[in-house]
Amino acid sequence: MEELDGEPTVTLIPGVNSKNKQMCFDWGPGEMLVCETSFKKGKSELVPGCPFIHIIRKDVDVYSQILRKLFNESHGIFVGLQRIEEELTGKSRKAQLVRVSKNYRSVIRACMEEMHQAAIAAKDASSSRQLSSQVSILSAMELIWNLCEILFIEVAPAGPLLLHLLDWVRLHICEVDSLLADVLGSENPSKHESFWKLVTILVLQGRLDEARQMLSKEADANPTSAGMCRILGDLMRTMPVLSPGNTQTLTELELKWQHWHEECERHLQDSTFASSPHLESLCKIMLGDEAALLEQKEHLNNWYHFLVTRLLYSHPTVKPTDLHFYAQSSLDLFLGGESSPEPLDNILMAAFEFDIHQVIKECSIALSNWWFVAHLTDLLDHCKLLQSHNLYFGSNMREFLLLEYASGLFAHHSLWQLGVDYFDYCPELGRVSLELHIERIPLSTEWKALKVLRICEQRQMTEQVRSVCKILAMKAVRNNRLGSALSWSIRAKDAAFATLVSDRFLRDYCEHGCFSDLDLIDNLGPAMMLSDRLTFLGKYREFHRLYGEKRFVDASFLLLSLMTSQIAPRSFWMTLLTDALPLLEQKQVIFSAEQTYELMRCLEDLTSGRPLCGEPDTQQLQDDDIEATKVEMLRLALARNLARAIIKEGSLEGS
Amino acid sequence: MFVARSIAADHKDLIHDVSFDFHGRRMATCSSDQSVKVWDKSESGDWHCTASWKTHSGSVWRVTWAHPEFGQVLASCSFDRTAAVWEEIVGESNDKLRGQSHWVKRTTLVDSRTSVTDVKFAPKHMGLMLATCSADGIVRIYEAPDVMNLSQWSLQHEISCKLSCSCISWNPSSSRAHSPMIAVGSDDSSPNAMAKVQIFEYNENTRKYAKAETLMTVTDPVHDIAFAPNLGRSFHILAIATKDVRIFTLKPVRKELTSSGGPTKFEIHIVAQFDNHNSQVWRVSWNITGTVLASSGDDGCVRLWKANYMDNWKCTGILKGNGSPVSGSSQQGNSNPSLGSNTPNLQHSLNGSSAGRYFFPPLDSPRAGSRWSSYAQLLPPPPLVEYSCDADTANLQYPHPRRRSLSRPLNPLPENEGV
Repeated sequence: MEELDGEPTVTLIPGVNSKNKQMCFDWGPGEMLVCETSFKKGKSELVPGCPFIHIIRKDVDVYSQILRKLFNESHGIFVGLQRIEEELTGKSRKAQLVRVSKNYRSVIRACMEEMHQAAIAAKDASSSRQLSSQVSILSAMELIWNLCEILFIEVAPAGPLLLHLLDWVRLHICEVDSLLADVLGSENPSKHESFWKLVTILVLQGRLDEARQMLSKEADANPTSAGMCRILGDLMRTMPVLSPGNTQTLTELELKWQHWHEECERHLQDSTFASSPHLESLCKIMLGDEAALLEQKEHLNNWYHFLVTRLLYSHPTVKPTDLHFYAQSSLDLFLGGESSPEPLDNILMAAFEFDIHQVIKECSIALSNWWFVAHLTDLLDHCKLLQSHNLYFGSNMREFLLLEYASGLFAHHSLWQLGVDYFDYCPELGRVSLELHIERIPLSTEWKALKVLRICEQRQMTEQVRSVCKILAMKAVRNNRLGSALSWSIRAKDAAFATLVSDRFLRDYCEHGCFSDLDLIDNLGPAMMLSDRLTFLGKYREFHRLYGEKRFVDASFLLLSLMTSQIAPRSFWMTLLTDALPLLEQKQVIFSAEQTYELMRCLEDLTSGRPLCGEPDTQQLQDDDIEATKVEMLRLALARNLARAIIKEGSLEGS
Repeated sequence: MFVARSIAADHKDLIHDVSFDFHGRRMATCSSDQSVKVWDKSESGDWHCTASWKTHSGSVWRVTWAHPEFGQVLASCSFDRTAAVWEEIVGESNDKLRGQSHWVKRTTLVDSRTSVTDVKFAPKHMGLMLATCSADGIVRIYEAPDVMNLSQWSLQHEISCKLSCSCISWNPSSSRAHSPMIAVGSDDSSPNAMAKVQIFEYNENTRKYAKAETLMTVTDPVHDIAFAPNLGRSFHILAIATKDVRIFTLKPVRKELTSSGGPTKFEIHIVAQFDNHNSQVWRVSWNITGTVLASSGDDGCVRLWKANYMDNWKCTGILKGNGSPVSGSSQQGNSNPSLGSNTPNLQHSLNGSSAGRYFFPPLDSPRAGSRWSSYAQLLPPPPLVEYSCDADTANLQYPHPRRRSLSRPLNPLPENEGV
């Protein structure tokens, strides 16, 4: 089985001497690093001859400003095409697909236009040349696509087929239009130096009405040939053609055409045009005379024009299945052994042979960018052509090419967003490819991060969502933006990290006596349950709020419950007990006797559990001193509160 | 492929490794000059060296980034028998103003008694772990239990490979489907050393790594090894750099068929083998989706290998030195986008001499009923231009080649001598 790829492309790395050095490299998400090195350890000449690191990019076209339009607009068409689908059948479906194909082509043409303008406007010759060469490649793409549209999508039958092919040739070989304007604009058209060239080209393209008008100008200006011109003009007028609204059958047409052909032949044999070589040669062309046609090589430009003209004047009702035969012989006759076919010729020939696989293969070899093959293959796949042609890997080929194209888009800092949709429509490997690509999008701004998150969330990519949030949380912690870190870890549902950030908050509180990011902590809601420490943080902050609102009873109840329920980490108990001090010292009794007992138990728990240190240094001694004072104060306050509470409770009960 | 930029590395000796971070916005280089440099990409796409510091007391072989979930963390390994972990500090100092960042050494892993030849962070789902391998034939797996305290690393496993180790690769497959797995390659060139690639798998029950497979067919020295990203496949793909490039698939044999509890057994197939590098292959590495393998060899080229939709592997690209020195500027942008520039074939065909083709059609004037009449009104017909194009526009031209004078190299360490 043939392969899709041709010869490997060679990229030259400047300055690296591949003869006696090697290269080390690394893959990035969109780029590659390459650098000269020597792997043979211990060689004498170690210093690199090329002390440069080279950044290699894969798809050059992705970075072209003008082509961005092509990518952007075709993306819309692509997505639309994926959606038209199924409900449509038969004629309406075909009409839809043809419309889609034309939309793609008009995007190519618009892009080509813009590039052409840019080429004209280009300041320096080299960029102008480069743009021009891109124009010709786009033009070739459109040419190929157009032919594929006629043959594979439109599937024009015998008769209309030739009309389509004529349109195709006229569209792509249209220098004649400017020539026409030029000649008609001159004072005396029939004396214009290109007059006969123009008429010949018009005839070659089957534009007989226009040719006839030109002949009438010649007749007016030159009475001696007026008669001949009229006869030839009549032949042009009477040539039977299939017109779209006409109901005549192919057989009728063929019969009429045969009759007309014989008439032309008779005029030639009667030497009607003998005195005018120009007119005679036109008559020969209209007879489909191969030698006469080949004499016009320079006006035909290329073999496929030759093919279409030849069919027009000798086999106007050519069947699609016979096309390849005429195509091959036209190519052979036209090149005449002087030159060999080139990639474009091979691509067109494969299309005439209805070998879709070959068309795609040749295109992907000849074009470095995947835009063309990916979109064309996808469209042909929607026409159900890849299956019917017995390519058992048909849908794989579509996906393979789309994946290539989408990966290329992901190398670009903004086009990657288009790539997402292409991955979405690759049933087999699209999702996993998207997962691998999307997590590599640099989260350089919050806006970009949110965009990545939205894409992942829409597709239930939980692991990627978690990872992105985690990265952002870590970044925020490193920059000491605790609020942001906390909200990202909540979004990541990362309990461990939420604990870590909560600890930071509490540590900061211990150090500075106030909380940052109050908004966030006050509005944690159910997210508070993510980790015990976070719950504690939320509750502890609630205590502060209650205290600030002078709701001392609620505050004290909460404070105590934080310790008794073990939500508060033991390391924080001393802080909590210290927080209780002012409550104990209030005029009215806040902690009941029972609550005071609980507080006392907590304090004793804490102090008794303390391990004795071996050899304390002075700093520690000082710390211990402060600690001991604190404990003494607490004990005193607790005892006094207990006394007051007992009295209060006793007197209340007694009354 | 095209060279988008060339950046003067400014290392005083041979560069041994270049490494992109996870997002491709930073890179690290390491060199025989014993230093590591970190480079950052600015919004405009320029690269700036933001840190450069001496990391080891010998050649630095490899440098690698941890996943950004763990912060900005690098690991390096060296001829000085150590591996080290570095963390970037977000400083309040003046560094930031000068566009410099500050990296601190969090730990030095000193367990090896010989040159540490490779260092790799484990897949992120395993936590912050890294593996080293060394010339003494031991793979060591370390873990930082607290990701906020990178100064504590505990040596979790020591796997003896019996052969001098040159390279390691973690299997990136997710934990749910597969146990942690690491492949080790050896460049031992002694004549009686046999198979050079061993695969170890973590056993949940014994909590140890046990040998799952030995690739018996690989008997020549192995310089690099790389598991491909999994893409949801049921089997693993492993690339090996030896005297040629080899790609193996490893299909796990269903558990119930093997003795329970033991390591997974694999059906191993070689799916590709290429000797295009002519001699030794030194590096192999997969792109992020595991669809393209790059290899670097004695022929001085980096070759790209890709399987087409029929699963046939072929060389699709070659990066090759052009041999001429680069002109002096430190950063060059070669951003000349050109459609199809890699393959001048089509341009030839379009612009070549054959029958003087016109490929840019000035638009038809709108014709009633023409399919294109609506489109043709968009723009007035441009003047007719005939294009000619040189075939070699694709080749990047570097004007005025001029050899840069190099600063004197440091005296190389006697790295060949036994350690």
